[in-house]
Amino acid sequence: MIGSPIVSAPPLIVARGLAMSFGPERTVLREVTCDIQAGEFVAVLGPSGCGKSTFLRLMAGLIPFTAGSLTVAEQTPEAARRSTQCVAFVFQEPNLLPWRTVSDNIGLPLELRGVSQHERSRQVEESLSLIGLTPDDARKRPRNLSGGMRMRVSLARALVTRPDVLLLDEPFAALDDVLRQQLNEELTRIWRTHHWTGLFVTHNVAEAVFLAQRVLVMSKRPGTIVVDVRVPFDYPREPALRAAPEFARLCGELSSTLREAAR
Amino acid sequence: MKRLGPWLAQTALPPLVLFAIVAAIWQWLVIAYNVKPYLLPSPLAVGRALIHDAALLGSAVVYTGSAALLGFGASLIIGTVIAFAFSQSRMLRSSGYPYFIFLQTVPIVAIAPLIVRWCGNGFHSVVLVAFILSLFPILSNATQGLLEIDPDLLDLFRLNNASRWQMLTRLRFPSAVPSICAGARTASGLAVVGAIVGEFFVGYGSKRFGLGYLINSTNDQLQIDRLFAAVLTSTLFGIAIFALVNLASATILGRWYDGPVEHRA
Repeated sequence: MIGSPIVSAPPLIVARGLAMSFGPERTVLREVTCDIQAGEFVAVLGPSGCGKSTFLRLMAGLIPFTAGSLTVAEQTPEAARRSTQCVAFVFQEPNLLPWRTVSDNIGLPLELRGVSQHERSRQVEESLSLIGLTPDDARKRPRNLSGGMRMRVSLARALVTRPDVLLLDEPFAALDDVLRQQLNEELTRIWRTHHWTGLFVTHNVAEAVFLAQRVLVMSKRPGTIVVDVRVPFDYPREPALRAAPEFARLCGELSSTLREAAR
Repeated sequence: MKRLGPWLAQTALPPLVLFAIVAAIWQWLVIAYNVKPYLLPSPLAVGRALIHDAALLGSAVVYTGSAALLGFGASLIIGTVIAFAFSQSRMLRSSGYPYFIFLQTVPIVAIAPLIVRWCGNGFHSVVLVAFILSLFPILSNATQGLLEIDPDLLDLFRLNNASRWQMLTRLRFPSAVPSICAGARTASGLAVVGAIVGEFFVGYGSKRFGLGYLINSTNDQLQIDRLFAAVLTSTLFGIAIFALVNLASATILGRWYDGPVEHRA
């Protein structure tokens, strides 16, 4: 049918009645329905073990869902990952290869995709500076880095492919508060310049509110989305935002929702 | 090497002191009770035999050492290759693995006649025994190492649409190196045992000979002081090989990994 002008682009990620279970007794996700627009930054907030990580892995096409539907760029997640969409994942642990230097770790995704050595080192360099690592750090091995630095390398490895979709699974949960805040600030800065679609899983309310345009709150297992809240603050989000009364009020509301959801 | 002094005092000195005390008591017992030399030679007699047989023992060490190293090298390469195959196919693994357990459990004495029948006797059969004895630890450790990969890392490779070959060469093999090193340490000792014991059963009939032959022949001739010298040489040689492999694996792991990951052997 020719005609009807496109008013807005269709959502990049569409979940309808999505469910996932490991056998009949262990349902992890049920009836998850949501749309995520291209370029949107969404936080998924939920109690521990509610299936947030499973949700991310479904979107990455790493595990199959058992009911409902889930599409990424109008394809199955796995097909999308193999064809048009570049999906990058940042894990809870840095998951660096100990036998590789920092720059070889960051270059790994490019290497697996067959990018030439020359092009690779250029992109690795770019990624290094984006995430605040020096050429000196690049030659080190992961064991010679602090926990925060390792996480930066892990982030740089995800960003080096210039992903369309960036999935982050509680990446900063193990870091101290100051470091976590710094990395949150840098993450929003990078998102604004690189325009990936971001999904950030966390159980930290302030982190979710600081980062995202929208917060999805999930119930305890079997998880489903109980609340979908728009975060009204403009970018760039400055550290001072955390002290603003509206910030505190939104965090307070979400905290009580989360407590409700965890019951 | 300013740290050599304390190292000697802490690590080397205590066992040497104990050795001196035991040797002194042993010497005294042999003299005091007039123990027959074909039952228990005195430490001094063993020392004399060591010096007297030095050239003989040296050439025997070369013979046994080359058999052990060839057998060990073969099991390192072949064991890793078979482990690669096992890591790629569950069917291959579950059908093939039991037969390697058989190789591990069957007494070498039991298959020695077969080895001689099929391969003849002599040096190459000694190498074969060293190989058979040292294969299993490498195979089992390497297989385990290739299979036990952090699931997140597997996901990372899948996310980047890595091929099977890329997974194997860039993830599974490097992850398995610490396990292969652990297997190699166990295997190196077994290869030495295989080369010595193998010579008892399959090594006869060649012009050259190794420690196994020396142990056998001096025992037959009731030259127990020379037997002791041969056994002592075998032990020292085994320790030397083990230390060498340990050093190599510590170097590899220390250079590329987060330090020696597994327990010390």
